[in-house]
Amino acid sequence: MRNLVTALLIFCGCAFGADSAAIAIRNAKIVTVSGSVIPKGTVVVRNGLIQDVGENVSIPGDAVVVDGEGMTVYPGLVDALSTWGMPGTAASGAARGGGRGATTTAAPAAATPAAPPARGPEDRPSTTSWIKAADEIQATDKRIESARSAGFTTAAVWPTRGFFAGQGSLVDLLTGEKAGEMVLVPSLGQYISLTRAGGGGGGMGGGFPSALMGMISYIRQIYLDAGHYQLVKDAYAKNPRGMQRPEYDRALEGVLESKRILLPANRWVEIDRMIHFAAELKQPAIYYGIREGFEDRSVKYLKDANATVLISMKWPEKARDQDPEAEDPYRQMLIREKAPTTPAVLKKAGIKFALYSDGLDTPRDLQRAVKKAIDNGLSREDALRALTLSPAEIYGVQDRLGSIEKGKIANLVVTKGEIFDDRTKIEFVLVDGNKFVPAPEAAPAGGRGGATAPSGPNGVKK
Amino acid sequence: MKRLFLMGLMALAAVAQVTVIENATIMSEGAKGTFKGSIVVKDGKIIEVGDKVMVPPGATVIDAQGQFLIPGIIDCHSHIAVDGGVNEGSVSVSSMANIRDVINPEDIAIYRALAGGVTAANILHGSANAIGGQTLVLKMRWGQDAEGMIFQGATPGIKFALGENPKRAGSPQGGRGAPATNARYPATRMGVEDVIREAFNEAKAYKATWDAYDAQVAKGQHPIPPRKDLKLEPLKEVLEGKRFVHAHCYRADEILMLIRVADDYGFKIKTFQHVLEGYKVAKEMAAHGAGGSTFSDWWAYKAEAFDAIPYNAAVMTKKGVVSSLNSDDAELMRRLNTEAAKAMKYGGLTREEALALVTINPAKQLGVDNRVGSIEVGKDADIVIYDKDPLSNYAKVQKVWIDGTKYFDRDSDVSARPSKELEKKKLADQEKPATPATRRPQ
Repeated sequence: MRNLVTALLIFCGCAFGADSAAIAIRNAKIVTVSGSVIPKGTVVVRNGLIQDVGENVSIPGDAVVVDGEGMTVYPGLVDALSTWGMPGTAASGAARGGGRGATTTAAPAAATPAAPPARGPEDRPSTTSWIKAADEIQATDKRIESARSAGFTTAAVWPTRGFFAGQGSLVDLLTGEKAGEMVLVPSLGQYISLTRAGGGGGGMGGGFPSALMGMISYIRQIYLDAGHYQLVKDAYAKNPRGMQRPEYDRALEGVLESKRILLPANRWVEIDRMIHFAAELKQPAIYYGIREGFEDRSVKYLKDANATVLISMKWPEKARDQDPEAEDPYRQMLIREKAPTTPAVLKKAGIKFALYSDGLDTPRDLQRAVKKAIDNGLSREDALRALTLSPAEIYGVQDRLGSIEKGKIANLVVTKGEIFDDRTKIEFVLVDGNKFVPAPEAAPAGGRGGATAPSGPNGVKK
Repeated sequence: MKRLFLMGLMALAAVAQVTVIENATIMSEGAKGTFKGSIVVKDGKIIEVGDKVMVPPGATVIDAQGQFLIPGIIDCHSHIAVDGGVNEGSVSVSSMANIRDVINPEDIAIYRALAGGVTAANILHGSANAIGGQTLVLKMRWGQDAEGMIFQGATPGIKFALGENPKRAGSPQGGRGAPATNARYPATRMGVEDVIREAFNEAKAYKATWDAYDAQVAKGQHPIPPRKDLKLEPLKEVLEGKRFVHAHCYRADEILMLIRVADDYGFKIKTFQHVLEGYKVAKEMAAHGAGGSTFSDWWAYKAEAFDAIPYNAAVMTKKGVVSSLNSDDAELMRRLNTEAAKAMKYGGLTREEALALVTINPAKQLGVDNRVGSIEVGKDADIVIYDKDPLSNYAKVQKVWIDGTKYFDRDSDVSARPSKELEKKKLADQEKPATPATRRPQ
C-alpha cells in the first residue's frame, strides 16, 4: 500500500509527505457493518488505510476535514463476481432477461481467433485456466467509473469465457495508469462455465464438447489429468534420472494453482448437480447465479452442503421484445416473481451469500437491483453486508476489507440518505483513500462512462 | 410450496407402508398369467399376489373392481429428462459423456410418461456418433431430485449408433442454407465400423495397461497409476461385461457387422435399438443373445427405414429374440400400451406376449427383470391401474405406483387443474401492468 501511495506521489506530484495528509470525516453517521452503527462519529483515513474510527476520535492536525453533518459513511461496496475492467466483456446496454436455464454473466460477442475444432479433452477446448484477471484488467474501462458512482470500490473480477475461463482477482476500483495498483488478491480461484464461449454450436464436427454432458465430462477429465500430472511431476522432481520428463501443461498448471472453483448453478436442478460435482472433484466451490435459490429444495441442498453462493442481481425479467399477448409458462412466471426473494430466503436459512452485478454496470441499474432484493424481504443491513463484509469473508480478506474498522483499507462510500434508496445521493467514495466524486448526473442506462470525476480538497488525480 | 406439500404427502404414503389392491384384473406377466385377484404391497415391494389375500391391519385398501392392474411400463429407448442436449456429436466416440451428469428431474415429460403408465425408462445418448455417451435407467419418480430418479442397481449402458446418423460427416462448404460445419470422420458405413474397431483397439490397450498396473499393485509395488481416460473407461467396462451396449441400427447388414465386431473383441450387444430389419436377421441376433427393441409401425422416414414391417416385433419374438417396443419420443412414450396392442394385429401375438413387449421384455433387456416387469412376489411395486383393458385405445391410466409410492393419480390431477390455472392467471395478471412501466425511456 505504501508503494501505491508512493507511486501516486510520483505520478501526480501532489503534496503528500512520506506520511500523506489525512482525510477526516467528522460528525457523520458511520455504518461500520462489523460493529454497531455510530450515530455521530469520525473516520480518519491516511495512507489508504482507516487510521481511526469512533465517536471520540482526535483529528490529526494535518488532516483535511470533511464535515459529515447529515452524511452517512458506509464501507465501499464489493462486487463479488464482476467483469468490470476485463477487456471485451462490456455487455450491450440492455440486459437480456427472462430466459430460464441459461447461465448468465454475459459472454462477450468479441471475436476470438477461430481455433480448429477440438477433437477431445486433449485439445483443452475453451480453456485459459492460467490467465489471471489481474494481468488482463484495464484500468481505463469506463465501467469502473460507473460502478464507483454506484458506491462500488472493490470487485472480484473474473475472466468468464470458456469452460476453464481463468483465475479471478480482487481489485480496487481505481482508474490509474497501472493496473497493478488495483490488485488486492491476484488469484481467487478458477472460473468454470458450462456454456460454449463465443457461440459456435456443437453438433457434428463443431468441436468438443458441444452438449452439457460433454462439458461436464471434460471438466471431470481435466481434474483427473491434473491429479495425475501432479503425481508424475512430483515423482520426476524427486528423481528425474531415468524418468521421462512430464510434458508441461499450462491448462493443468492453471487448474492446480486455483484454490477454489466457481461453478454455475441457477436452477435448483443445477444447484443440486453442481454440489454433487464439486464434492466429486474434491474442490472447494462457490456457486454462482442461484436464480432458483428461493426454492425450498435449493435451500436444503445448500444447507446440507454448507455451501457459499453468489447471487446474481440480474433478476429475471420478461423479455423486452416479447409479444405482449404471449403467455409464458407458469414456472417461468413464478421464477420471475420469486427470484428476487432469494437473498432474503437464504439469509433466513443462514446460508453464506454475496450479491454480484452480473453485467449490470450503471449506477441506476445497480441501485435498482439491490433495491429489488430489499423490496423482496432482504433487510437493508443484510443487503449492505452482502455487498461488503460477506464477499470479503467469502474471499478470505475480511481482515482488510468489508467494514469500517481501524487498520482496514480505506474504501468508503459517503452518502446523503440511506444507501440503496433511489433518492440517495452519493457524495463521494474513497478507494484506497483516494477520493472520487460522482458526476452530478449519472449517465442514464445505455450510455456509459463519464460518471465520476476525481476532485475535492484532496482529490488525487489519477 | 405446493409441490413440496405434495412431496410431503408422497413421503407420508411411503411411511404408511402397506397397500392392498383388491378385485383387479391382474395381467401379471409372470407365471400366474392374467387373473382376477389382489396384491399386497409393503415397503415398496410386492409381498403377496393371489385370488384372495390377507389384508394386514392398518393397510390402505384400494378396490379396483372392474379395473386392470399391470406391471409398470418400461421404455427401453427414451431421451427425456436430459439437460443440455442428448448428443455429444462433436466427436465420433463420445463415450466420456454420461447421461447421469445431466438428468433433468423437472422435465414435464416424466410426469406425462407416468400418466401413460411408464414407470421406468432407459435414457440414452443420441445417435449422432458411432459410440455415444453412457446411458442409464431411470424410474419416473416425479418430484424427486436427479439422484432420486435413478434406478439403483440397474446396469449402466452405452449407446452405439450404426447407419446413416453417425456417418453424417458435416459439410465443410455448407450449402442449401445450412451453415458450414467441420468435417468429421466417418462418412460411410465402412467408416462407422472402423471407428468402433479403433475405439476397442484403444480400449484393449488401455485395459492391458491398467491390468498390468493392478498386477504390480497386487505384488506390493507402488507404481504411478496410468492416466484415467474417461473415454476409454466405459469401453473397458464393456469388455469386462460390466456395461451394456445398446446399439441404434436399422439395416440387417449393419446388425450383422456389429455382431462380428463384438465377437472379434469378445463383448456382447445387449440390445439392438430400432432394429427395423431385425426380422431378417433374428436368428443371428438370438444366437448372439442380443435383444431387439423396435417401433410398432413407424417407417419410411428415411432410406434406411424403408424395409420396416409392422410384424417385426412378432417375428423377432417367435425367432427367440427378447423383443420390446420403445418410444424414442416423449409423446409416443405416453401410449406404449397401445403400441404393444398392435403386435396382436400384426403378427398375432397373444395378449400376454403383446404386453410383455413393454413390460417384462424391456426389463430383461435392461437386466432388471429380477426387480420389475411383472407382478410377482418380491418384485418392486411398480404397478399401474387402468380403467379398461390396457390393450385398448379407450383405456386410461388411473393410478401409478413406483416402489410402492403413488406418483400419479388421475383424480387428484384432474381436481388440481382449476387451482393451478388460477395460480398461473394470478402470476400473469401481476406481470401485466408492470411491463410497460419497467420499459426504460430511450
